[in-house]
Amino acid sequence: MDLFLQQVINGIMVGSVYSLVALGLTIIYGILGVPNFAHGSLYMLGAYFSFLLVTAGGVNYWLAILISMAALTVIGMVIERIVFRPLVNAPHLNSFIAAIGLIYVIDNVALIVWGPDFKRFPPLYDQLYHFLGVTITLHRIIIVITAVVLIVLLELFIKKTTIGSAIEATAQDRVGARLSGINVTRVDMWTLGLGTSLAAAAGALIGPILLVYPAMGGAVTLKAFVIIILGGMGSIPGAILGGFLLGLIESIGGAYLTTNYHEVLAFGLLVTVLAIKPTGLFGKAH
Amino acid sequence: MNTSPLRPGFLIPAAILLLAVVAPLLSENRYLHHLMIMACVWGIAATALNLVMGYAGQVNLAHGAFFGIGAYTSGLLMLKLGIGFWIALPLACLTAALFGLLIGMPSLRTKGAYFAIGTLCFNVIVTVIIDRWENLTEGQRGLLGIPPPSAIPLPFGLTVRFDNNMVATYYLFLIMLLLTLFVTRRIVVSLMGKDFRAVKGNEELAASIGINPFRTKLIAFVTSTFFAGLAGGLYASYIGFLSPDISDFHVTFEVLIQVMFGGIGTLAGPIIGATILPVISETLHALAAYRMVAYGVMLIVVIIFLPTGIMGGLKIVWTKCITRK
Repeated sequence: MDLFLQQVINGIMVGSVYSLVALGLTIIYGILGVPNFAHGSLYMLGAYFSFLLVTAGGVNYWLAILISMAALTVIGMVIERIVFRPLVNAPHLNSFIAAIGLIYVIDNVALIVWGPDFKRFPPLYDQLYHFLGVTITLHRIIIVITAVVLIVLLELFIKKTTIGSAIEATAQDRVGARLSGINVTRVDMWTLGLGTSLAAAAGALIGPILLVYPAMGGAVTLKAFVIIILGGMGSIPGAILGGFLLGLIESIGGAYLTTNYHEVLAFGLLVTVLAIKPTGLFGKAH
Repeated sequence: MNTSPLRPGFLIPAAILLLAVVAPLLSENRYLHHLMIMACVWGIAATALNLVMGYAGQVNLAHGAFFGIGAYTSGLLMLKLGIGFWIALPLACLTAALFGLLIGMPSLRTKGAYFAIGTLCFNVIVTVIIDRWENLTEGQRGLLGIPPPSAIPLPFGLTVRFDNNMVATYYLFLIMLLLTLFVTRRIVVSLMGKDFRAVKGNEELAASIGINPFRTKLIAFVTSTFFAGLAGGLYASYIGFLSPDISDFHVTFEVLIQVMFGGIGTLAGPIIGATILPVISETLHALAAYRMVAYGVMLIVVIIFLPTGIMGGLKIVWTKCITRK
């Protein structure tokens, strides 16, 4: 029972980070229709930026997270302007190739600048808490709370602000949005900035628990895609739910089902779900 | 319509084929021979991916897995069971096609991004299984010492040997590439090829004129995996060593990039991509990590400014030349 509870807690922690990454990916897909395979590389940049700010810059961890989010917002917007905007009318396969090109560029620039070695954050919030036989560090609690706060803020941003409404309108109907005077090109740019900042937050939050290294984004990208397919491409609640679901399944399945193959649980799950329901768990029929 | 044997659609491929046949005889350079052999391997893999992706419109991101399945099947059959190359190779193709059938049946019910990511997940699973099933595949240690193709006896006591004979290996692989191209061309110009394109254009519309979209997609998918297995089987015999990386999704991406770079939906495009891109990648080798940055930038620039690849670019130039006359 203790083991089970421990796995549930771990699953929620990992799941909250998955949700953040998948949220960013799903709003980008919902607006631009771009399968942004470079999303994990931007998550990696977020982790590096906050790591460097904390260790080399001596900046407070929370301020470091905010600065990395801001920096990645700008980088996301620049990527939209330079890479994805020229491809807006091309087949999605072309944006996909461009995104793979971006992975090569970003990951290897990181490799050149910061080297291949694994970086470890200095100890931040490593107080231990025990209850009901479960052990948890403060940082893990902070991750979950921060992720939930960010998700709520995103929801408020989309529902309450003008930019948010423009994003929602564009997601529903691009042509209609343009007809009612929304500058969809600007919406594209904002969305990529917003989605990328969520990836940065996720990277900065999980960085102190995992290690920071140039290739850390690869597996995360794949899992984020699994999540948004499970939850229905472009669906925000789907991404949140799917993120927590995948975190829990990986954590519990990894403890009870298989240790040797636990990293493919996510992929096996998706293949199985698609075989039974080709439109994903929450997806509507085509 | 221009049907004279001197039309460019006939003349240019004929000239390139002649060059491909003569080139290894003109140079003793083993590195050049190596590049040409690999161009055949990737050419077959890219042609196969183009069939399902460029003609039938299904972005199969498990191509590397089928390449790996073909490679490991022929490698294991030869190493562990001592079966000869000429039996192992067709069995590798058939095994890849069988897996293609098993995976195609459930996954082809999904569409668009769902299909792409679903097949990508299958690719990851295959690589991990090859990596972990050590009793069968030797895992990370890899399969070492896969024999080259066995010699072909000729009349008058002559034989064609493939061990340490890169020119003979090259000609064998070139013949396989030409066979792949021949079959692909036959499919593309046939009624079946028209079905492929109809399904790619609009599945509902295709169904309304009596085409069975699922069956059509499945045929394209299984044919494509068959040739992916062929490329893998040839690769295994030429390199002689296999590790789980050869089935990795990065192989899928590499072949996908070759198809897009050369020109998706054309017969020549994948071959062009499969020949040029490895050369660029090898040339940049000395630059280490900088090479991948340059490679990434090149991909982005090409895909933005030449969205239909080299073949698309050539077509534009050609039409301009004609209309000027």
